[in-house]
Amino acid sequence: MDVFQWLYSDTVKDHFTNPRNVYDPDRDKDFRPDAEGMVGNIRCGDQMMFMLKIEDDIITDVRWKTYGCASAIASTSMLSETVVGMNIRDAYHIRPADIANRLGGLPENKIHCSVLGDKALRAAIDVYLEQHGRAGEFKDESAQIICKCLNISDKDIEEAVRQGAHDWYTLQEATKIGTVCGSCKAKAEELLHEFVHIYG
Amino acid sequence: MDTRYVYMDYNATTPLRPEVRDLMVRALDVYGNASSLHALGRTAHAEIEETRANVAALIGAKEASAVYFTSGGSESNNTVFNTMFLIGRKQARRKIITTAIEHPCVLNAAAHLKDEGFPVVFLPVDRDGLIDMGAYRAELGPDVLLVSVMAANNEIGTIENIGEIARLAKAEGAFVHTDATQAVGKVPVSVEEWNVDYLTLSCHKIYGPKGIGALYVRQKAPIEPLIRGGHQENGVRAGTYNNLGIIGFGEAARLAKEELPEYRQRVGGLRAMLRDLILERIPMVRINGHPVHALPNTLNVSFPGAEGESILLSLDLEGIEVSTGSACASGSLEPSHVLMAIGLGPELAHGSIRFSLGRYTTEDEVRYVAEKLPPIIARLRKMSTVPLEELAQEIR
Repeated sequence: MDVFQWLYSDTVKDHFTNPRNVYDPDRDKDFRPDAEGMVGNIRCGDQMMFMLKIEDDIITDVRWKTYGCASAIASTSMLSETVVGMNIRDAYHIRPADIANRLGGLPENKIHCSVLGDKALRAAIDVYLEQHGRAGEFKDESAQIICKCLNISDKDIEEAVRQGAHDWYTLQEATKIGTVCGSCKAKAEELLHEFVHIYG
Repeated sequence: MDTRYVYMDYNATTPLRPEVRDLMVRALDVYGNASSLHALGRTAHAEIEETRANVAALIGAKEASAVYFTSGGSESNNTVFNTMFLIGRKQARRKIITTAIEHPCVLNAAAHLKDEGFPVVFLPVDRDGLIDMGAYRAELGPDVLLVSVMAANNEIGTIENIGEIARLAKAEGAFVHTDATQAVGKVPVSVEEWNVDYLTLSCHKIYGPKGIGALYVRQKAPIEPLIRGGHQENGVRAGTYNNLGIIGFGEAARLAKEELPEYRQRVGGLRAMLRDLILERIPMVRINGHPVHALPNTLNVSFPGAEGESILLSLDLEGIEVSTGSACASGSLEPSHVLMAIGLGPELAHGSIRFSLGRYTTEDEVRYVAEKLPPIIARLRKMSTVPLEELAQEIR
């Protein structure tokens, strides 16, 4: 898809200029989240924070904030609308591709910007589970975290490979893995080769 | 809805001037091959030689024959580096000195020589973008083949001291090249005063057509063709003459020279006005580039806490066209190499916007931008994860 066409589609433009559930320091002074998750690093140009209110495992309200580009803002706005009213387990398993589809797909070079929202969301849910003595409950059933800085799991790597990331560079483009501390590189490359072998 | 359109990206490219356009429309019929001896060929030849004289005058060259037409800045720069490759591979004097803030076509041409085994130095610059003269002097020596330093930087507008850089290089017997693509038409440029051997310029930055540029080569300085073929341009650049482009270039060059004093004063005034309005209306900003030695039209500003691509697109939705040093805009993880070279933290580099003004910029447009910008920055900062207080130190 052409990045120019995408950025100017009505849906993306709407979510970029009027982002839903974005944290407003004036209006949301009294917003008390049950859990917060933050991923990304402004050194790499973007960072995302997700705040959740949760009752009986249902997400009742969310706020988020970001230092990020238009794609990150639009994707996270769409994600935030999607997860309100959702069970935390279902929310945890939302794939970036589901959000991208709702925004009418994503251009290749914008995918890595748009995955921050769901990473932050998962980080927040993980914090919530930990606070309630259920640490790693969803992680264990589905995925193993490879990159601790950005909360990227083996499932994410698998998905990226299925979407066509067949080398370290394109895997980084798709997931941002190894762009913060880099200590996961060996393990991630091993998985990359494994998945390329399976899906390539 | 307000559907205003304000172009502030003149360093990327400029619109074709109506005067140049009119001349080019007439020139569409000058189809003769300038290398032919018959009447049609001679007509084309005469037009081309007139352009050569205009370009020579614009860059202060005594001899019009020192000007060679190319397809643009990238070709001119590559022609110089290719020449150095052909000379340097046969001799011990082969060191190349350039800077960390050059245009990618110089950086990549220099990196290619490095791959080929040439010693290549990318000089660091200071916080304002001026090359570190101490580091430069330390690198100079009898092994230096070429010093290539841009006359003015495209992103931050800093103007290097080419005259002094050339004087030091000449004392060591090195050749000197300057990429003056951004300087020409904006500030006085003189190959004689600077005493450079090679100078690159491009036509589409001075309100002429794209696909045409020139390389100045001082008499007796070595030059090898990048494109081999016929005897055009004394064998330095083969290929049938681009009549249309060259004729447009001639008029654009003539007007650029004629109007330079007025341009500097008027556009410089508008830049100062935009800078002052931004400083007055938006807290916590940093103006990048040298405060004095800078292009009159280029204003590079960092807005920490707000991401550059988001600023750019927000402005675009208001009809304002600018560019950014943010990584997101380029699709990589690295912000602008120029902003990193002047020592900005990634937090400031990712949040930078370049406003480049031009001949058609008006006071009204500057006011429009200064009115639309503050709420955009405020909105993005409000939703930002970056605490502004923590960046206060970096702004100075």
